[in-house]
Amino acid sequence: MTKPAEFYQRDTARHPPAFTPDYKTSYARSPRFSLISLDQGVGEVTGPTFGHGDIDAGDNDLLSNYAQPGQSPIGERIILHGRVLDENTRPVPNTLVEIWQANAGGRYRHKNDRYLAPIDVNFGGCGRTLTDDEGHYHFRTVKPGAYPWRNRVNDWRPAHVHFSVFGTAFCQRLITQCYFEGDPLIPRCPIVQTIPDPDAITGLTAKLDMNATIPLDTIAYRFDIVLRGRRATLFENRMEGT
Amino acid sequence: MMADDLGYLKETASQTAGPYVHIGLAPGAAGFDIYDQELGWDIAGPNAAGERIRVQGRVIDGTGSPVKDVLLEVWQANAAGHFAHPDGGGEVEDGFRGWGRVITDFQTGDWAFDTVKPGPCPGRNGATQAPHLNLWIVARGINLGLHTRMYFADEGAANAADPVLTMIEWENRRTTLLAERVEGDGPATYRFDIRLQGDGETVFFDI
Ligand SMILES: [Fe+3]
Repeated sequence: MTKPAEFYQRDTARHPPAFTPDYKTSYARSPRFSLISLDQGVGEVTGPTFGHGDIDAGDNDLLSNYAQPGQSPIGERIILHGRVLDENTRPVPNTLVEIWQANAGGRYRHKNDRYLAPIDVNFGGCGRTLTDDEGHYHFRTVKPGAYPWRNRVNDWRPAHVHFSVFGTAFCQRLITQCYFEGDPLIPRCPIVQTIPDPDAITGLTAKLDMNATIPLDTIAYRFDIVLRGRRATLFENRMEGT
Repeated sequence: MMADDLGYLKETASQTAGPYVHIGLAPGAAGFDIYDQELGWDIAGPNAAGERIRVQGRVIDGTGSPVKDVLLEVWQANAAGHFAHPDGGGEVEDGFRGWGRVITDFQTGDWAFDTVKPGPCPGRNGATQAPHLNLWIVARGINLGLHTRMYFADEGAANAADPVLTMIEWENRRTTLLAERVEGDGPATYRFDIRLQGDGETVFFDI
């Protein structure tokens, strides 16, 4: 049995720091001490696995997974698709991708959301799927609306879809948000701007993908996700006992 | 996706899970049923060996207030010290996943889950790690998910030899990773409060 290899050190410059005062909620929820660096062991380089028995085939179709029979949610019909890759450019197959989002009016189906835009009776706002052998995933949904939030007096979130991805190891676990290219709210958003690297923000912006569009039916956006990469086992690595 | 001149891609940036993470990851708790099965509520399954335990606590912010919209995930070994993964060190019982997901009560900030107490598992360079749970915490206001560990305060000898606990330079911070055992009716309960900031700030790891 080959010993499991370690994952590359996380490039913290790629991610928002914990303390980002323009995003006010981070003020009291950010650790003040530096993270303590931990050599990876078996619990870090392994993670939960999921299979087709865990989800239903229609869970990736937000146009239908909460709609009444014969009805659809209101809004711009979109396909949101892409690949999950690792830093070595290899696809991450069979990994669980979960999304959640507001409806076309910017309202979440959540006990705690009291925005005055209406709930859509035909829209739940969550979906999940497993990537295929080449790391591809796709969802059908509506384009979410922008919504206001309590931060500064007049802050609005750009249209976005929240993504949760597992990878093959607990150290790859990632939650992020996908934005839509051309949205003028992106540069104004204090949550987007927690990310110091403009290239990393570009990486969170889904691009219009006319080739994946279904004519007269659904427009398409592409969003690729990169998870941490793993060392090759070219040389004996030093993680023993696993 | 453009690889750099060595052929590598860069990791996708993290963003906060936000206040409505429950819709995506625990929709039943958000107030609606959509999936036939929600994931992560059954960590150990019916066949797992070892002691059945309950783990409960709160996540506390820098003002001392409970965080009422947090989501935690746990990743743990079984009683034999094996993780449910091809590289996990050995077999696990049928139905043992070792992975769970729990959210807080929106009013109180309390969270709890039921599992089995994990066994010791191998560490690096021949060391043995004391029984522990790997935890990952996301919430509104947390920009990058926080990794920490929960150890069992009643495992004094194993904890004293644990390579991760002993690696923490500040001995007084090691205790932030210890859960106290509380005996009562039913399964033993371990109490574990996580402090995001301030006095007794929990140790979080860059893994
Ligand atoms: Fe949102």
